Amino acid sequence: MTAQSDENRLSQIFKIEGRDFSKAGSISTKIKEILQEVGIDSSIIRRAAIAAYEAEMNVVMYAKKGELALDITPEKLQIKLSDEGSGIEDINKAMQEGYSTATDEMRELGFGAGMGLPNIKKNADEFDISSIKGKGTTVNIVIYLNQAEKK
Amino acid sequence: MNHYYHSIRIDTKKCTGRMNCMRICPTQAIRIRDRKAIILEERCIDCGECITACPEGAILPLTDPFGELTKFRHTIAIPSPALYAQFGREILPDKMLSGLKTLGFDEAYDLAMTCGEVSFAIQEYLREYKGPKPVISNACPTIVRLIQVKYPDLIDQLIPIEPPRELAAREIKKKKSKQLGLKEKDIGAFYLTPCPVKMISIKQPAEKGKSYLDGAISISDIYGPLLSAMEGMEKGSYRKALESICILGIGWGMVGGICRTLRLRNSLAVSGLTEVLKVFDDIERGKLKNIDFIEAYSCPQGCVGGSLTVENLYISYNKVLKLVEDLEFEKIKACPDIREVRKLYKQDYFFMKRKIEPRPLKPLDEDLSKAIQKRREKEEIHNTLPQIDCGACGSPTCLTFAEDVVRGEAEISDCVFNLPQKLKLLYDQMSDLLNKSVSLNPALHKEKKAKTGKK
Repeated sequence: MTAQSDENRLSQIFKIEGRDFSKAGSISTKIKEILQEVGIDSSIIRRAAIAAYEAEMNVVMYAKKGELALDITPEKLQIKLSDEGSGIEDINKAMQEGYSTATDEMRELGFGAGMGLPNIKKNADEFDISSIKGKGTTVNIVIYLNQAEKK
Repeated sequence: MNHYYHSIRIDTKKCTGRMNCMRICPTQAIRIRDRKAIILEERCIDCGECITACPEGAILPLTDPFGELTKFRHTIAIPSPALYAQFGREILPDKMLSGLKTLGFDEAYDLAMTCGEVSFAIQEYLREYKGPKPVISNACPTIVRLIQVKYPDLIDQLIPIEPPRELAAREIKKKKSKQLGLKEKDIGAFYLTPCPVKMISIKQPAEKGKSYLDGAISISDIYGPLLSAMEGMEKGSYRKALESICILGIGWGMVGGICRTLRLRNSLAVSGLTEVLKVFDDIERGKLKNIDFIEAYSCPQGCVGGSLTVENLYISYNKVLKLVEDLEFEKIKACPDIREVRKLYKQDYFFMKRKIEPRPLKPLDEDLSKAIQKRREKEEIHNTLPQIDCGACGSPTCLTFAEDVVRGEAEISDCVFNLPQKLKLLYDQMSDLLNKSVSLNPALHKEKKAKTGKK
């Protein structure tokens, strides 16, 4: 039995509006609450919350709108983020710590330290990113719930 | 199952089920069942918001009556620095401490001195600290409980130093038992508390050890007697009284007092539970990593805003602030010797003996697969609800109601919006019964047939 029956799966989609700074962060808080109710270990919850928050902020800062899809099974949790926006010109550069295209205004707000994507990657067990310039970006991360069975 | 002792009791005779408490509770720990409020022990963090919210006065803090004093051979009052802010600007701590002695305590101890020592110890701790930031103050027991329940992953950021009230009780008992030749258990140390949660931190410390204090008496209970006691007293020298105040310690009564008197540049001070929740969410997201220290209190403006204080919290906050400013201006530093504190710090004098463990809420199910299923069911139920959080079902929001249903603690028909469905169900059941009785009673059967025949 390799296929995951749908009974044991929890999927939820959250919409994110670009530039809506007032609500920024609310999705990662909701995700945290869901994971707590399900009884996930708090260190994993923290990693997921940080990754979700950084991903959410990327959409708020750089995209028109986006969607975060959360998917939990007893083995792993997956967060898939896709946005409609300008896309990332050079992904390799964007993955470097300290690299940022944030405007001065965003930096004033405490963002744009160039840690967003590296931070997402650091907190995930699996990470992939793809982007089409002028269209948008997709980020996909997986965190295994039983860290002992990771590999 | 863990049993949590709480400082809050509901008087069911007075409770009219008006839901004010249920709506204000920051951890959704109150439900209304059969028109009476009940507290879900596991969720309650003893913040006392419900006490102030209840228009009927049906929610009571549990503190010790004065009578408890007679159980001990030697009694010591240890007032929270918030007491010092309760009376007019001219009344300084020395007068209050003398006043307390006329009320039946053998001694009154100035906690501000110990607060000052702990401030220095915090400074030492921050200097050596290498873990995740910011470090969070444990002065407020509600904040400690909030972290145990809602932010378990921040537990290692709580400062592991004994709060001053505990440290003071520990040391003074040691000293007095030697001095007076009494056993430590014959010495009663009573905290004069601005809030109900400190009572609980004595009966059931967050770290599950034993408190060094023997009880807590509410500041509001002692206010009147103390005021009368002070009225008859001679007026001493203001300047002299001022010189005995430890500036580091007096600041503990108000939010920001620790940060200000220690001159911690890279720190935040936050008060009021809703504000604290916002800041803690930000810490979890990794947003405040460059802050060294956070002072957080559940009551607005810090301990002076506790629900068992008497004076308006802005006035008392201002009194502490003015006192700190006066002491700064006069350059009065009646504080503990920092070298002495450093020596004690190295001897582990300040550290708590036990670790604070998380107290996360029970998951929807112990089994992960089932918990995931139940979480999905909760979402599905929530989608069928009106989502207006009316509270008529007895749960504070539609989302918590959906959770209560999934946990088997509420019925879906408890929602008034499901009433039509419930009525239909009842109607169906009744007509079923009726049909059965008709078929059992041929006479009724005939009558019914005759009626339909007429049409």
